Amino acid sequence: MDILKLISYSIIPVILTVILAYGLIKNVDLYGLFAEGAKDGIHTAVGIMPYMIAIFVAIAFFTASGALGMLEHLFSPICKILGFPSELLSLLFIKPVSGSGGLAVVKTILEQYGADSYIGRAASVMMGSAETIFYTIAIYFGVTSVKKSRYVMISGLAAYFAGVAASVIICKYI
Amino acid sequence: MMGYIWAGLMIIGIMTALFSGELEALNTAFFQSCEDAVFFTIGLAGIMALWSGIMNIAKGAGMIRAFSKAARPILRYIFPEEKNEDTLSLIIMNMVMNMFGAGNSATVFGIKAMKALDRSNHHRKTASNTMCMFLVINMSSVQLIPLMIMKIRSDAGSLNSVDILIPTIIATSVSTLTGIIICKFFERRT
Repeated sequence: MDILKLISYSIIPVILTVILAYGLIKNVDLYGLFAEGAKDGIHTAVGIMPYMIAIFVAIAFFTASGALGMLEHLFSPICKILGFPSELLSLLFIKPVSGSGGLAVVKTILEQYGADSYIGRAASVMMGSAETIFYTIAIYFGVTSVKKSRYVMISGLAAYFAGVAASVIICKYI
Repeated sequence: MMGYIWAGLMIIGIMTALFSGELEALNTAFFQSCEDAVFFTIGLAGIMALWSGIMNIAKGAGMIRAFSKAARPILRYIFPEEKNEDTLSLIIMNMVMNMFGAGNSATVFGIKAMKALDRSNHHRKTASNTMCMFLVINMSSVQLIPLMIMKIRSDAGSLNSVDILIPTIIATSVSTLTGIIICKFFERRT
Protein backbone atom coordinates (compact mmCIF):
# COMPACT_ATOMS: atom_id res chain seq x y z
CA MET A 1 0.00 0.00 0.00
CA ASP A 2 1.52 3.31 -0.94
CA ILE A 3 2.04 6.04 1.58
CA LEU A 4 -0.71 8.39 0.39
CA LYS A 5 -3.25 5.65 0.65
CA LEU A 6 -1.99 4.73 4.09
CA ILE A 7 -2.38 8.31 5.29
CA SER A 8 -5.84 8.55 3.75
CA TYR A 9 -7.01 5.39 5.44
CA SER A 10 -5.54 6.40 8.79
CA ILE A 11 -7.16 9.81 9.12
CA ILE A 12 -10.61 8.66 10.22
CA PRO A 13 -9.43 5.99 12.72
CA VAL A 14 -6.88 8.39 14.18
CA ILE A 15 -9.42 11.17 14.66
CA LEU A 16 -11.88 8.73 16.22
CA THR A 17 -9.24 7.41 18.62
CA VAL A 18 -8.04 10.86 19.61
CA ILE A 19 -11.55 12.14 20.29
CA LEU A 20 -12.62 9.07 22.26
CA ALA A 21 -9.40 9.02 24.26
CA TYR A 22 -9.71 12.75 24.98
CA GLY A 23 -13.26 12.18 26.18
CA LEU A 24 -12.15 9.28 28.40
CA ILE A 25 -9.39 11.35 29.97
CA LYS A 26 -11.74 14.27 30.60
CA ASN A 27 -14.19 11.76 32.02
CA VAL A 28 -17.25 13.08 30.16
CA ASP A 29 -20.46 11.15 29.50
CA LEU A 30 -19.29 9.68 26.19
CA TYR A 31 -22.40 7.72 25.40
CA GLY A 32 -24.80 10.49 26.31
CA LEU A 33 -22.88 13.10 24.32
CA PHE A 34 -22.71 10.79 21.34
CA ALA A 35 -26.44 10.11 21.37
CA GLU A 36 -27.23 13.79 21.73
CA GLY A 37 -25.06 14.71 18.75
CA ALA A 38 -26.26 11.78 16.67
CA LYS A 39 -29.85 12.86 17.19
CA ASP A 40 -28.90 16.23 15.77
CA GLY A 41 -27.31 14.51 12.77
CA ILE A 42 -30.47 12.55 12.04
CA HIS A 43 -32.54 15.71 12.27
CA THR A 44 -30.23 17.28 9.71
CA ALA A 45 -30.61 14.35 7.36
CA VAL A 46 -34.40 14.36 7.63
CA GLY A 47 -34.34 18.15 7.30
CA ILE A 48 -32.58 18.08 3.95
CA MET A 49 -34.88 15.41 2.52
CA PRO A 50 -37.43 17.83 0.99
CA TYR A 51 -34.62 19.68 -0.81
CA MET A 52 -33.14 16.40 -1.93
CA ILE A 53 -36.41 15.26 -3.46
CA ALA A 54 -36.85 18.58 -5.24
CA ILE A 55 -33.34 18.52 -6.65
CA PHE A 56 -33.35 14.84 -7.57
CA VAL A 57 -36.50 15.21 -9.63
CA ALA A 58 -35.23 18.34 -11.39
CA ILE A 59 -31.91 16.74 -12.21
CA ALA A 60 -33.56 13.52 -13.35
CA PHE A 61 -35.77 15.55 -15.72
CA PHE A 62 -32.85 17.50 -17.01
CA THR A 63 -30.77 14.38 -17.59
CA ALA A 64 -33.40 11.97 -18.89
CA SER A 65 -34.78 14.45 -21.40
CA GLY A 66 -31.38 14.86 -23.02
CA ALA A 67 -31.16 18.54 -22.07
CA LEU A 68 -27.98 17.93 -20.10
CA GLY A 69 -26.38 16.23 -23.08
CA MET A 70 -27.23 19.25 -25.23
CA LEU A 71 -25.78 21.63 -22.65
CA GLU A 72 -22.55 19.64 -22.48
CA HIS A 73 -22.42 19.61 -26.26
CA LEU A 74 -22.94 23.37 -26.36
CA PHE A 75 -20.16 24.11 -23.90
CA SER A 76 -17.74 21.42 -24.99
CA PRO A 77 -15.69 23.67 -27.31
CA ILE A 78 -14.98 26.09 -24.43
CA CYS A 79 -14.26 23.18 -22.12
CA LYS A 80 -11.84 21.74 -24.62
CA ILE A 81 -9.91 25.00 -24.79
CA LEU A 82 -9.72 25.22 -21.00
CA GLY A 83 -8.98 21.52 -20.59
CA PHE A 84 -12.04 21.07 -18.41
CA PRO A 85 -13.98 17.77 -18.73
CA SER A 86 -17.44 18.64 -20.07
CA GLU A 87 -18.92 15.76 -18.05
CA LEU A 88 -18.42 17.92 -14.96
CA LEU A 89 -20.28 20.96 -16.32
CA SER A 90 -23.53 20.24 -14.50
CA LEU A 91 -21.65 20.03 -11.20
CA LEU A 92 -19.73 23.22 -11.98
CA PHE A 93 -23.00 25.11 -12.41
CA ILE A 94 -25.01 23.69 -9.53
CA LYS A 95 -22.39 23.57 -6.76
CA PRO A 96 -22.18 27.31 -5.99
CA VAL A 97 -25.95 27.47 -5.75
CA SER A 98 -27.01 24.36 -3.88
CA GLY A 99 -25.12 21.92 -1.69
CA SER A 100 -27.73 19.18 -1.85
CA GLY A 101 -28.00 19.76 -5.59
CA GLY A 102 -24.27 19.26 -5.90
CA LEU A 103 -24.47 16.04 -3.93
CA ALA A 104 -27.23 14.75 -6.19
CA VAL A 105 -25.23 15.62 -9.30
CA VAL A 106 -22.13 13.88 -7.95
CA LYS A 107 -24.20 10.77 -7.32
CA THR A 108 -25.44 10.81 -10.93
CA ILE A 109 -21.93 11.33 -12.27
CA LEU A 110 -20.49 8.51 -10.17
CA GLU A 111 -23.18 6.12 -11.36
CA GLN A 112 -22.69 7.09 -14.98
CA TYR A 113 -18.91 7.20 -15.24
CA GLY A 114 -17.85 5.02 -12.30
CA ALA A 115 -16.65 6.20 -8.91
CA ASP A 116 -13.02 5.30 -9.54
CA SER A 117 -12.78 6.80 -13.02
CA TYR A 118 -11.03 10.11 -13.57
CA ILE A 119 -14.36 11.90 -14.01
CA GLY A 120 -15.78 10.29 -10.89
CA ARG A 121 -12.78 11.18 -8.76
CA ALA A 122 -12.56 14.73 -10.07
CA ALA A 123 -16.28 15.20 -9.34
CA SER A 124 -15.80 13.92 -5.78
CA VAL A 125 -12.86 16.23 -5.14
CA MET A 126 -14.67 19.20 -6.69
CA MET A 127 -17.63 18.57 -4.43
CA GLY A 128 -15.42 18.48 -1.36
CA SER A 129 -13.32 21.50 -2.22
CA ALA A 130 -15.77 24.36 -1.84
CA GLU A 131 -18.96 25.49 -0.20
CA THR A 132 -22.22 26.74 -1.60
CA ILE A 133 -21.26 30.36 -2.29
CA PHE A 134 -24.63 32.01 -2.81
CA TYR A 135 -26.26 30.15 0.04
CA THR A 136 -23.52 31.16 2.46
CA ILE A 137 -23.76 34.82 1.45
CA ALA A 138 -27.53 34.83 1.81
CA ILE A 139 -27.54 33.17 5.23
CA TYR A 140 -24.69 35.04 6.85
CA PHE A 141 -25.42 38.53 5.56
CA GLY A 142 -29.09 37.87 6.27
CA VAL A 143 -28.51 38.28 10.02
CA THR A 144 -26.69 41.61 9.65
CA SER A 145 -27.69 45.05 8.43
CA VAL A 146 -25.26 44.80 5.52
CA LYS A 147 -26.65 45.61 2.09
CA LYS A 148 -23.39 46.04 0.20
CA SER A 149 -21.30 42.90 0.30
CA ARG A 150 -18.42 44.53 -1.59
CA TYR A 151 -15.91 42.02 -2.94
CA VAL A 152 -17.29 38.91 -1.22
CA MET A 153 -18.97 37.44 -4.28
CA ILE A 154 -16.02 37.93 -6.62
CA SER A 155 -13.52 36.56 -4.08
CA GLY A 156 -15.77 33.60 -3.35
CA LEU A 157 -16.14 32.79 -7.03
CA ALA A 158 -12.39 33.12 -7.57
CA ALA A 159 -11.75 30.74 -4.68
CA TYR A 160 -14.34 28.37 -6.14
CA PHE A 161 -12.80 28.33 -9.59
CA ALA A 162 -9.33 27.89 -8.13
CA GLY A 163 -10.63 24.88 -6.21
CA VAL A 164 -12.26 23.47 -9.34
CA ALA A 165 -9.08 23.91 -11.37
CA ALA A 166 -7.05 22.29 -8.60
CA SER A 167 -9.48 19.32 -8.44
CA VAL A 168 -9.36 18.68 -12.16
CA ILE A 169 -5.56 18.91 -12.27
CA ILE A 170 -4.73 17.03 -9.06
CA CYS A 171 -6.90 14.03 -9.96
CA LYS A 172 -4.81 13.54 -13.07
CA TYR A 173 -1.69 12.98 -10.99
CA ILE A 174 -2.75 11.56 -7.63
CA MET B 1 -32.50 32.29 -6.86
CA MET B 2 -32.60 28.56 -6.26
CA GLY B 3 -36.29 28.69 -7.11
CA TYR B 4 -35.60 29.95 -10.63
CA ILE B 5 -32.88 27.39 -11.20
CA TRP B 6 -35.02 24.56 -9.92
CA ALA B 7 -38.09 25.46 -11.98
CA GLY B 8 -35.84 26.18 -14.96
CA LEU B 9 -34.26 22.74 -14.83
CA MET B 10 -37.68 21.07 -14.68
CA ILE B 11 -39.29 23.13 -17.44
CA ILE B 12 -36.31 22.90 -19.77
CA GLY B 13 -36.24 19.17 -19.10
CA ILE B 14 -39.93 18.78 -19.91
CA MET B 15 -39.67 20.92 -23.06
CA THR B 16 -36.63 19.04 -24.30
CA ALA B 17 -38.37 15.73 -23.67
CA LEU B 18 -41.38 16.94 -25.67
CA PHE B 19 -39.26 17.82 -28.69
CA SER B 20 -36.90 14.89 -28.57
CA GLY B 21 -39.64 12.33 -27.91
CA GLU B 22 -38.18 11.25 -24.58
CA LEU B 23 -41.48 11.57 -22.72
CA GLU B 24 -41.42 7.96 -21.62
CA ALA B 25 -37.97 8.39 -20.09
CA LEU B 26 -39.23 11.51 -18.38
CA ASN B 27 -42.07 9.63 -16.73
CA THR B 28 -39.76 6.88 -15.55
CA ALA B 29 -37.40 9.50 -14.20
CA PHE B 30 -40.23 11.19 -12.35
CA PHE B 31 -41.10 8.16 -10.22
CA GLN B 32 -37.62 6.76 -9.93
CA SER B 33 -35.96 9.99 -8.77
CA CYS B 34 -38.35 10.56 -5.86
CA GLU B 35 -37.60 7.11 -4.57
CA ASP B 36 -33.87 7.59 -5.13
CA ALA B 37 -33.89 10.84 -3.18
CA VAL B 38 -35.51 9.21 -0.15
CA PHE B 39 -33.19 6.20 -0.11
CA PHE B 40 -30.22 8.44 -0.66
CA THR B 41 -31.02 10.75 2.25
CA ILE B 42 -31.82 7.88 4.60
CA GLY B 43 -28.50 6.33 3.63
CA LEU B 44 -26.74 9.55 4.56
CA ALA B 45 -28.53 9.76 7.90
CA GLY B 46 -26.36 7.04 9.42
CA ILE B 47 -23.06 8.65 8.63
CA MET B 48 -24.30 12.10 9.58
CA ALA B 49 -25.55 10.80 12.92
CA LEU B 50 -22.31 8.99 13.66
CA TRP B 51 -20.15 11.98 12.88
CA SER B 52 -22.34 14.51 14.67
CA GLY B 53 -22.23 12.23 17.71
CA ILE B 54 -18.46 12.02 17.66
CA MET B 55 -18.14 15.77 17.18
CA ASN B 56 -20.43 16.34 20.12
CA ILE B 57 -18.05 14.30 22.27
CA ALA B 58 -15.16 16.45 21.06
CA LYS B 59 -17.14 19.56 21.88
CA GLY B 60 -18.29 18.31 25.29
CA ALA B 61 -14.79 17.25 26.28
CA GLY B 62 -13.45 20.72 25.49
CA MET B 63 -11.33 19.58 22.58
CA ILE B 64 -12.67 22.13 20.13
CA ARG B 65 -11.99 24.88 22.62
CA ALA B 66 -8.39 23.70 22.88
CA PHE B 67 -8.12 23.75 19.10
CA SER B 68 -9.44 27.28 18.98
CA LYS B 69 -6.77 28.47 21.37
CA ALA B 70 -4.05 26.94 19.23
CA ALA B 71 -5.37 28.69 16.13
CA ARG B 72 -5.38 32.19 17.69
CA PRO B 73 -2.05 33.48 16.28
CA ILE B 74 -3.01 32.67 12.69
CA LEU B 75 -6.33 34.38 13.19
CA ARG B 76 -4.63 37.57 14.32
CA TYR B 77 -2.93 37.76 10.96
CA ILE B 78 -6.00 36.99 8.88
CA PHE B 79 -8.29 39.34 10.79
CA PRO B 80 -6.04 42.20 11.91
CA GLU B 81 -8.96 44.60 12.40
CA GLU B 82 -10.92 42.46 14.82
CA LYS B 83 -9.83 43.10 18.40
CA ASN B 84 -12.71 41.56 20.29
CA GLU B 85 -11.61 38.22 21.75
CA ASP B 86 -15.11 36.79 22.00
CA THR B 87 -15.83 37.48 18.35
CA LEU B 88 -12.54 35.90 17.34
CA SER B 89 -13.32 32.77 19.30
CA LEU B 90 -16.74 32.54 17.62
CA ILE B 91 -14.99 32.77 14.27
CA ILE B 92 -12.52 30.07 15.25
CA MET B 93 -15.24 27.78 16.54
CA ASN B 94 -17.06 28.17 13.23
CA MET B 95 -13.94 27.28 11.27
CA VAL B 96 -13.03 24.30 13.40
CA MET B 97 -16.56 22.95 13.21
CA ASN B 98 -16.51 23.38 9.45
CA MET B 99 -13.17 21.62 9.24
CA PHE B 100 -14.53 18.59 11.01
CA GLY B 101 -17.70 18.55 9.00
CA ALA B 102 -20.10 19.54 11.77
CA GLY B 103 -21.98 21.88 9.46
CA ASN B 104 -24.90 22.59 11.77
CA SER B 105 -22.87 23.68 14.75
CA ALA B 106 -20.65 25.62 12.37
CA THR B 107 -23.62 27.60 11.10
CA VAL B 108 -24.73 28.42 14.65
CA PHE B 109 -21.30 29.84 15.54
CA GLY B 110 -21.01 31.56 12.17
CA ILE B 111 -24.28 33.39 12.62
CA LYS B 112 -23.31 34.49 16.13
CA ALA B 113 -19.98 35.70 14.76
CA MET B 114 -21.67 37.67 11.97
CA LYS B 115 -23.99 39.35 14.48
CA ALA B 116 -21.01 40.33 16.62
CA LEU B 117 -19.17 41.65 13.55
CA ASP B 118 -22.25 43.63 12.61
CA ARG B 119 -22.14 45.31 16.03
CA SER B 120 -18.46 46.19 15.72
CA ASN B 121 -19.27 47.50 12.22
CA HIS B 122 -21.88 49.78 13.88
CA HIS B 123 -24.64 48.19 11.79
CA ARG B 124 -23.42 49.93 8.65
CA LYS B 125 -24.87 48.95 5.30
CA THR B 126 -21.42 48.18 3.91
CA ALA B 127 -19.63 45.01 4.92
CA SER B 128 -16.43 45.35 6.96
CA ASN B 129 -13.15 43.78 5.86
CA THR B 130 -13.42 41.21 8.62
CA MET B 131 -16.88 40.18 7.46
CA CYS B 132 -15.70 39.75 3.88
CA MET B 133 -12.70 37.70 4.87
CA PHE B 134 -14.71 35.55 7.25
CA LEU B 135 -17.32 34.77 4.61
CA VAL B 136 -14.82 34.03 1.87
CA ILE B 137 -12.97 31.60 4.13
CA ASN B 138 -16.29 30.08 5.03
CA MET B 139 -17.27 29.62 1.41
CA SER B 140 -14.02 27.96 0.46
CA SER B 141 -14.09 26.07 3.72
CA VAL B 142 -11.61 23.32 4.35
CA GLN B 143 -13.39 20.15 5.31
CA LEU B 144 -10.81 17.62 6.38
CA ILE B 145 -12.95 14.56 5.88
CA PRO B 146 -15.66 14.71 3.22
CA LEU B 147 -17.59 11.83 4.76
CA MET B 148 -20.75 12.23 2.72
CA ILE B 149 -18.83 12.12 -0.53
CA MET B 150 -16.96 9.04 0.61
CA LYS B 151 -20.26 7.39 1.43
CA ILE B 152 -21.68 8.22 -2.00
CA ARG B 153 -18.54 6.85 -3.57
CA SER B 154 -18.70 3.54 -1.78
CA ASP B 155 -22.41 3.30 -2.63
CA ALA B 156 -21.51 3.77 -6.28
CA GLY B 157 -19.19 0.77 -6.05
CA SER B 158 -15.87 2.50 -5.48
CA LEU B 159 -13.12 0.12 -4.45
CA ASN B 160 -11.26 3.06 -3.08
CA SER B 161 -13.70 5.54 -1.66
CA VAL B 162 -11.13 7.11 0.67
CA ASP B 163 -8.67 7.68 -2.13
CA ILE B 164 -9.97 11.21 -2.77
CA LEU B 165 -9.12 12.43 0.71
CA ILE B 166 -5.71 13.90 0.03
CA PRO B 167 -6.63 15.43 -3.34
CA THR B 168 -9.64 17.02 -1.62
CA ILE B 169 -7.51 18.50 1.14
CA ILE B 170 -5.11 19.93 -1.44
CA ALA B 171 -7.88 21.33 -3.65
CA THR B 172 -9.71 22.88 -0.75
CA SER B 173 -6.49 24.48 0.52
CA VAL B 174 -5.86 25.95 -2.93
CA SER B 175 -9.36 27.36 -2.92
CA THR B 176 -9.13 28.81 0.60
CA LEU B 177 -5.70 30.32 -0.02
CA THR B 178 -6.88 31.91 -3.25
CA GLY B 179 -9.83 33.37 -1.36
CA ILE B 180 -7.63 34.81 1.36
CA ILE B 181 -5.13 36.31 -1.09
CA ILE B 182 -7.83 37.94 -3.19
CA CYS B 183 -9.54 39.33 -0.10
CA LYS B 184 -6.26 40.77 1.17
CA PHE B 185 -5.75 42.33 -2.25
CA PHE B 186 -9.13 44.06 -2.18
CA GLU B 187 -8.60 45.08 1.45
CA ARG B 188 -5.45 46.96 0.56
CA ARG B 189 -6.98 48.59 -2.49
CA THR B 190 -9.89 50.12 -0.62
